[in-house]
Amino acid sequence: MNFDPRLTNRSFTSVGTRPVRPDGIDKVTGRARYGADFNMAGQLVGRVLRSPHAHAVIRGINTSKAEALPGVKAVITAADLPDLTNGDSAMYDILDNCMARKKALYDGHAVAAVAAIDARTARQALKLIEVDYEVLPHVTDVDEAFQHGAPLINDAVFTEGLEEKPVKPSNVTKRTQYGHGDVHKGFAEADTIVERSFKTEQTHQGYIEPHACVASVSADGMAELWVCTQGPFVYRQHCAQLLGMEASKLRVTSSEIGGGFGGKTHVWAEPVALALSRKAGRPVKLVMTRDEVFRASGPTSATSIDVKIGARKDGTITAAEATLRYSCGPYPGMWAEIGAMTSFACYRLENVKTVGFEVLVNRPKTAAYRAPSAPMAAFAVESAIDELAKKVGIDPVEFRIKNAAQEGTRASYGPVYGPIGIGPTLEAVKNHPHMKAPLAKNQGRGMACGFWFNFGGQTCVDLNIGMDGSVSLAVGTVDVGGSRASLSLVAAEELGIDYSQVKAIVADTSSLGYNDMTDGSRGTFSSSMATISAARNAIKILRERAAQMWDIPVDDVTWEKGHAIAKGEKYGNLSPLSLKEIAAQSGTTGGPIAGHSELVADGAGVSFATHICDIEVDPETGSTRVLRYTVVQDAGKAVHPTYVEGQYQGGAAQGIGWALNEEYIYGKDGRLQNAGFLDYRIPVCSDLPMIDTQILEIPNPNHPYGVRGVGETSIVPPLAAIANAVSNAVGVRMTHIPMSPPRILAALEASASAHDA
Amino acid sequence: MAGVAVSTTINGDHVEYLCQPDETLLDVLRDRLGLTGAKEGCGTGDCGACSVIVDDRLVCSCLVLGAEAEGRRIETIEGMAHGEKLHPLQQKFLEHAALQCGICTPGFLIAAKDLLTKNPDPTEEEIRFGLAGNLCRCTGYDKIVRAVQDAASVMRG
Repeated sequence: MNFDPRLTNRSFTSVGTRPVRPDGIDKVTGRARYGADFNMAGQLVGRVLRSPHAHAVIRGINTSKAEALPGVKAVITAADLPDLTNGDSAMYDILDNCMARKKALYDGHAVAAVAAIDARTARQALKLIEVDYEVLPHVTDVDEAFQHGAPLINDAVFTEGLEEKPVKPSNVTKRTQYGHGDVHKGFAEADTIVERSFKTEQTHQGYIEPHACVASVSADGMAELWVCTQGPFVYRQHCAQLLGMEASKLRVTSSEIGGGFGGKTHVWAEPVALALSRKAGRPVKLVMTRDEVFRASGPTSATSIDVKIGARKDGTITAAEATLRYSCGPYPGMWAEIGAMTSFACYRLENVKTVGFEVLVNRPKTAAYRAPSAPMAAFAVESAIDELAKKVGIDPVEFRIKNAAQEGTRASYGPVYGPIGIGPTLEAVKNHPHMKAPLAKNQGRGMACGFWFNFGGQTCVDLNIGMDGSVSLAVGTVDVGGSRASLSLVAAEELGIDYSQVKAIVADTSSLGYNDMTDGSRGTFSSSMATISAARNAIKILRERAAQMWDIPVDDVTWEKGHAIAKGEKYGNLSPLSLKEIAAQSGTTGGPIAGHSELVADGAGVSFATHICDIEVDPETGSTRVLRYTVVQDAGKAVHPTYVEGQYQGGAAQGIGWALNEEYIYGKDGRLQNAGFLDYRIPVCSDLPMIDTQILEIPNPNHPYGVRGVGETSIVPPLAAIANAVSNAVGVRMTHIPMSPPRILAALEASASAHDA
Repeated sequence: MAGVAVSTTINGDHVEYLCQPDETLLDVLRDRLGLTGAKEGCGTGDCGACSVIVDDRLVCSCLVLGAEAEGRRIETIEGMAHGEKLHPLQQKFLEHAALQCGICTPGFLIAAKDLLTKNPDPTEEEIRFGLAGNLCRCTGYDKIVRAVQDAASVMRG
């Protein structure tokens, strides 16, 4: 890579301002096209038949009646998606999740699909498909699935990561361990130890736009896929592999995306839509219903976590240990492992050990949800830290400051930190007016910290300068929340031109090289790095063209504030040439001017946040109200501060929903009972207060402008901050998320009867 | 199933269409008339992404039948701006960055317009309860409430 990504000291002109986003007008006028807003000539309607059983052998499927229904153009089952995964077990699991092969593994698992001339015919056709199920015992609870003797979901799974290879299959696919030092020694040195167990229920990303796509496979094997996705290049790879196509023959265009939060990083119905189109010979539009979104896409893990932390009288933590069990759905994942890595990442610890267990359950395949796995681990750890601080008799903020990780600390998951923001966020919280505001009866205040790794990854951009001097920036990271605005700002900054001269778009997979998904808070971090690199490449050409126009050596030309400048007194009579003037002559000086960049954006700076929350609890009903909420988070450098605030506020709101209300509720029959927004209630406007934000900027040394990803960390502290607030309000330690009114009442009653006894 | 002939007014224009008796107004708008600004987030009236105004009343168009539009006056997001001139709510949503993904935005704008028509000077609490039928998963509502407050102030003059 001919590019130095290191931070340099500089002042900014465009970066840090707050212009209107380039895709804004289309989004306030209804013109923006999302997944379901696109149509093709001759398009059919696709629908998926889903298992009503949590666990069942599929003995046979009879599709003949559905195929005979007038207007039905294709019916497919797993037989139409043959296994081409060639021993790649991860891809096989994706294939099996798209269309069940031998067993239905959860309520909502796809078993067949139809394409018909309209929605009503497609719905009728689904009713005519006969599936012969042999219902098997199921297990949906993570702790029950963990036990010996639980119904086995996959009898070919033997727990990996144990010292001795197990002789019996298990629902536990893997054990992982992180840490350093000697926790036994550490606990022996402790004056006070807190040991508790916690549970969190499963939640959904809850994007308002259901999964939607239009697939078109032509007779010559070329195919197009229009889809709402966080990763068009990854969707292309997966779909092409599952359908036996060359990737270059499948052009994937990402629509505007109506929320993803990790849930649109996985293919679900897209290979099915392509298979239907291939069989029917016509384009197929496939849009999930909300019921299908809940039953068959997302969600995050349900967890069960044990934490033990010890400290000396002076408040120094001597040892910390956590055991984490995360549900994965019916396929192996690495969710507990991520939880084990993040658990104690905020702290400077001599002795730390975390163990993660991945647990199979008859629920939908777990998908990433914003800082996946970290919020649950933070809930358990930050709750225990609060309790320990109280027992030791130190203010919880001071206790955390005393033990906070800093530059040079070896993280509990291995690496040594560079400059980080945990200490500064804690100091900012300590001095925040929110911490000093009075509280009334039945009100409590809580605070908590959160960590996320952030990710960089493969990235490329094309920056093209038009003959009128306007700049087109084509990026490959899907814009989930304003990144076209922030990347336009970065291009304007680097070129020295006005923001209004730059127009960023998200390119399709045939127009740009491979990009990893928009995940890991990488969109603005990685694509801004590539944009800076591409702009510098373009500037090199602009200087060459100016030198040519002036007929002087290129080494005598510099680039300042959007202009080529001839250096030295001998060129005193040469006026600077603007980018626009150089571009206007490009047809006669060597052709179009462009900058490209292909790189791996290493060095995503880790991210920390600390949140403060005030809660009021009604002791009669157990209902709660969030009174005040403050987010303090390190952004490295906020490129578009308004959208950074938006990420902080949005993550906090999702965390509030998770902490207080949202959960998947399964019946004894293994069926999801609340697959809709009425019964799975995400926070509405009247549930929340304004969410205050404070952006700290501790520059990331591995990015030219110091940028860190900001999208995910904001969902990590809320569960714990709110649990600490509720616990402080009611005087009982809350250990089960969500803290819905029945759970709070139960905790109050248990505490009262314990006092009576 | 025979189609139902419907004659109605959408965004001030006279419109005629045939629809099935069980077809929702949302399906008619999106699939028959190409007005895809109203979105289907749930199909059960719980998310408000499909909000339209029928005869001065805010409704979820997924809960109204296409046939029920006969003789009515319907306002959708496509009719909110006048040519290139944005409605103050649209302008303030842009300035305040009251949208991230934007899928809920048409519904919020329609619901906010209805709210300000009925209550030109709402308190924060009235805005929050007035928009409680619209789900947003991205913003935490903070910037939406501020944009509506600002637009209300501009519209009062």
